Amino acid sequence: MSLQNLRAIAAIYTFELHRFRRTLLTGLLVPVITTSLYFVVFGGAIGSRMTEIDGIPYAAFIVPGLIMMSMFTESIFNASFGIYMPKFTGTIYELLSAPVSATETIIAYVGAAATKSLIVGSIIFATAHLFVDVPVAHPVAMAAFMVLIAVSFCLFGFILGIWAQSFEQLQVIPLLLIMPMTFLGGAFYSVHMLAEPWRTITLFNPIVYLISGFRWTFFGQGDVAIEYSLLFVAGMLAVCLGVIGWMFRTGYRLKK
Amino acid sequence: MASIIQVTGLTKRYASGFEALKGVDLAIQEGEIFALLGPNGAGKTTMISIICGIARPTGGSVTVAGHDILRDYRGARSAIGLVPQELSTDQFERVIDTVTFSRGLFGKPRNDAYVEKVLRDLSLWDKRHNKILELSGGMKRRVMIAKALSHEPRVLFLDEPTAGVDVELRRDMWKLIGELRQTGVTIILTTHYIEEAEEMADRVGVITKGELLLVEEKTALMKKLGKKTLTIVLADPIQTIPDALAEWNVTLHADGNEIEYIFDTQAERTGVSSLLRRLGDLGIGYKDLNTRQSSLEDIFVSLVHQEKAA
Repeated sequence: MSLQNLRAIAAIYTFELHRFRRTLLTGLLVPVITTSLYFVVFGGAIGSRMTEIDGIPYAAFIVPGLIMMSMFTESIFNASFGIYMPKFTGTIYELLSAPVSATETIIAYVGAAATKSLIVGSIIFATAHLFVDVPVAHPVAMAAFMVLIAVSFCLFGFILGIWAQSFEQLQVIPLLLIMPMTFLGGAFYSVHMLAEPWRTITLFNPIVYLISGFRWTFFGQGDVAIEYSLLFVAGMLAVCLGVIGWMFRTGYRLKK
Repeated sequence: MASIIQVTGLTKRYASGFEALKGVDLAIQEGEIFALLGPNGAGKTTMISIICGIARPTGGSVTVAGHDILRDYRGARSAIGLVPQELSTDQFERVIDTVTFSRGLFGKPRNDAYVEKVLRDLSLWDKRHNKILELSGGMKRRVMIAKALSHEPRVLFLDEPTAGVDVELRRDMWKLIGELRQTGVTIILTTHYIEEAEEMADRVGVITKGELLLVEEKTALMKKLGKKTLTIVLADPIQTIPDALAEWNVTLHADGNEIEYIFDTQAERTGVSSLLRRLGDLGIGYKDLNTRQSSLEDIFVSLVHQEKAA
């Protein structure tokens, strides 16, 4: 990649981070407050009446799920808005007329959104330590998993932002699909706690594999084997990259 | 002069089946101001969008500074600055940030001195720390021009630069474009105002319904387009045109109540005052006079007929 391309990537990346900086206070305070609320409600009020799950205290058990849930939402929201807003205001003309390739555009937009998502994930991780002891069995794997999740969901958000033609469409997938799937995907419970047939049905929810994999990096165990989790992350990355590649090649909803 | 843009057989058919461009050929010379004149929906914006990479061509080819817009889009787009018709800006950004961003987006190294020069030339330097939403419409248009110039393009596209702009701002814009030309940049602008093409362009292309009817030096075109009709409402109707008026080739209308005289506004002598003097000599009284320029649509119609006849 030449210097010219790197400059273009840097321009978009810093522009996007600059956009985040304008809402820095809410951007950082909201995850801290939300996490604290979850700990007060789930960790304190309910968790004290619950037994350990798979040998892990309930308050610690929900930490990976909580981080994943926020990172899903943040990633989709940031990445989809990042590309939807220029479409909405018309400033996308500049991106389309710039000597920038599809790959560079994606690296810049998805990179910026993933950066913010990782910051939020880290803040929640740090906040959780104020409430509970969270052991991390595989720190490197945990960090890598967070990066993979941030990138995959930002790619997904980017697709959503290109696809959406109204603010409603922009909201509908995260609120009506991703959020329920996350709640039902074992963010706050272990799949083993479910009775059949719900246990089997749950295994069709891809989010289960993502949350389980992340939990494995903390406690060395998850609802499903870590290999399956990695397979799902890789699959999601591949599908998103494929769809985005197709969108840019055909100019889908970007070019007339 | 070498041509900096070469458009060959360019066609565009939208998914709806609408044919926006029907095989356009056009060469733009380096350093000129070229006006693309045509009514709304003629295909002006479509053509610009394709050249700049915002829309895809259905057929034909375009090169910019020798680079094919599809195969070598980086080379082509690096040479182009685009100011679209709509005022689309990042409202919350500061002027200087958005211009610096544009330069980076086009892959140019940071150059504060050059950005300062662009902003000064456009009288935006004092407003550089303002957010764009605080600026007036005319100023926003200037910000968009500054963004387009930020990466030192060789060609500047201005899509309807004076659409929805009041007379004074239009004059400002014309003056500004004249100054930009001094910097050596090639300028292509679209307009549906004949005066605008007349005021600024070296050459004019007339486009309607996706076809480029003609491309001519402005002066030659203005001769064709610069016809006006003088209507003289007579005090008393006359039956026939007196022979003494033969040299003006006038025609009689409204049951002998009106005389029409078609004259060339670009001519040394329009013949208007001599005609009125002759009427006075003949004792033909008149109570009203009015002149009317053919509308752009009339002109297009007559151009289409001319093209077919030729």
